[in-house]
Amino acid sequence: MADIVIERLSKTYSGGKAPAVNDLSLTIPDRQFMVLLGPSGCGKTTLLRMVAGLEYPDAGRVMIGGRDVTDLPPRKRDIAMVFQSYAVFPHMTVFDNIGFGLKMKRRPAHEIKQRVEQAAGLLQLEPYLGRYSAQLSGGQRQRVAVARAIVMEPSVLLMDEPLSNLDALLRLQFRAELKKLVKEIQTTTVYVTHDQVEALSLGDRVAVMRAGNILQVDSPMTVYDFPATEFVGGFIGNPPMNFLRVAVRPDAGQTRVVIGDQELPAPAEVAAAGDDTVLLGIRAEYIQASSPNGAALNGLDAQALVVEPLGSHLLITAGVGDQQLKVVTRTDFEVQPGQRLHLQPEVDKIRWLRASDGTLLRA
Amino acid sequence: MAASTATLSNSQVIARRRRSNRWPLYVVAVVLTAFFVVPIYLIAVAAMSPPAEISAFPKTLIPRSISFDTLVYFLTFRGVLPSIINSIVVALLTLALSTLIGTPGGYALARYVFRGRDPFRVLILVSRAFPISILAVPLAVTFINWNLYDTVVAVALVHTTLALPTTVLITSSIFLAVPIDLEEAAWTLGCTPAGAFMRVVLPLALPGIAAASIFTFVLSWNEVFAASILTVQSHTLPAQVLASLNESPLPYRFAGGFVLILPSLIFILIIRRYLLNMWGRVVK
Repeated sequence: MADIVIERLSKTYSGGKAPAVNDLSLTIPDRQFMVLLGPSGCGKTTLLRMVAGLEYPDAGRVMIGGRDVTDLPPRKRDIAMVFQSYAVFPHMTVFDNIGFGLKMKRRPAHEIKQRVEQAAGLLQLEPYLGRYSAQLSGGQRQRVAVARAIVMEPSVLLMDEPLSNLDALLRLQFRAELKKLVKEIQTTTVYVTHDQVEALSLGDRVAVMRAGNILQVDSPMTVYDFPATEFVGGFIGNPPMNFLRVAVRPDAGQTRVVIGDQELPAPAEVAAAGDDTVLLGIRAEYIQASSPNGAALNGLDAQALVVEPLGSHLLITAGVGDQQLKVVTRTDFEVQPGQRLHLQPEVDKIRWLRASDGTLLRA
Repeated sequence: MAASTATLSNSQVIARRRRSNRWPLYVVAVVLTAFFVVPIYLIAVAAMSPPAEISAFPKTLIPRSISFDTLVYFLTFRGVLPSIINSIVVALLTLALSTLIGTPGGYALARYVFRGRDPFRVLILVSRAFPISILAVPLAVTFINWNLYDTVVAVALVHTTLALPTTVLITSSIFLAVPIDLEEAAWTLGCTPAGAFMRVVLPLALPGIAAASIFTFVLSWNEVFAASILTVQSHTLPAQVLASLNESPLPYRFAGGFVLILPSLIFILIIRRYLLNMWGRVVK
């Protein structure tokens, strides 16, 4: 049980133009499940590997449980890691794989046996203890890799995209199991993924990364509802958050924003920021779509461009002026491409961002 | 339904065409095989025939009678048995030395990025570019100075030098095939780098290293030039056969040839099993 403190960590690979991790600081409290989320090449795996001790940082330090481990090799950090490729030793049985770390720690044989069986039980691996990795399915190998890590009872559990090599159905199933397992063992966990659904479903907190920096660290729902930047809003959620470029019209009584030839009311902070244009961010499910029969009060007139039935809901791509946004409706909403629509965004779900750098106007 | 039948017959047609296009390949394969097998077969037949029949003419492809007289005659010839023992000692020494020196080299080439790695990879082969005949005199002088001349150790040292480039390159490709994740997993599970190598990398690389060392053994067993120049009394088998080739009778030559080929044949059979096993499935 330990917290992780990452202080001003930097790493540039030899031959790499930009730093993989750039002056990054992050604190992960004890027992927290932290997800590092970002597109490929954002530095999330490099960061994890520096916590593991598999990469050496150019600058900065890593503390685990108050101990500076920056200069320690992996074996002295009291960590365990689950690799994307599983890295199950092919020349050992499942039992020997799970017991490998305990054997390295010179635990007595009866203790190894008891702990391996317990870990195997948690991951439903008991029938396979005598098998070799080649005789296992991908999902079973993944379980071995997880069992091999948790049997160590480490201070910190590190996982590098552990679900990415599983097929979709198995991934869904194992995701839920993993969540339950991590709740049970209560170990500080750092989990790397590029899958935003995984991040939202698993994490106590999510750190969204891009180009070696952390853009936002928050609870999954905060990251989803209050993206710190346009990138975060676009990266998280399916469909991504809608961003409309709107002109600000300060008024004595009520600030308004202009999209094409339409207007929407806006809070005073939008005008207070002093920019001519801002971004209006709204998630697809927070827009009410209806037929354009009434007066467009505080809403937008739009035209349906594409209508995609997705089983549980309809995904409508609508045009407002020369900009587009995605709207999610119930499947019984009747609309044809080309039809006029009235779109009513939920006012308290609208986020305002600077057009210049895409950062949130108010926290 | 109709479409799927059409595709099926289509693929059958393609398969048939592919099969019929293969016959030149088979011809080439048969000719190549015959090129290597026929001489070996003729030598084997001669070595298994009684000495009297070896000079008989015309030759028959099927031996009239099998006898070990020729082989026994060769093996009891003066100097042959000691030279076989010398050959085995030299080959085992070479195998041990080149594996001990070459395997770490191959591992370093496979795992570590260091300045000049790629030139080094090429440079390794350059040591084979010097003809041994150019090196012969300096080598002989050096070994005389070291009091190693005319010893199996001297021959083994030269053979090690000859074998090292291939040992390094072969083992480096073997280590490349062992995923680095496995090694890193071992580090996170409490292994030192050396421990991870011994417990994880080496067991997985062992079949390949065995194949490489068998290759070395055969190389040493067959090498004749250095062995002839660096020894007078303690000839290896090829040097012994070469030295007495001119004045020896025909049965001696055939039996000698057969004994020289035999270990290579046996080892290649062993390698073949390893090579097929190596990456196809898990080594237990």
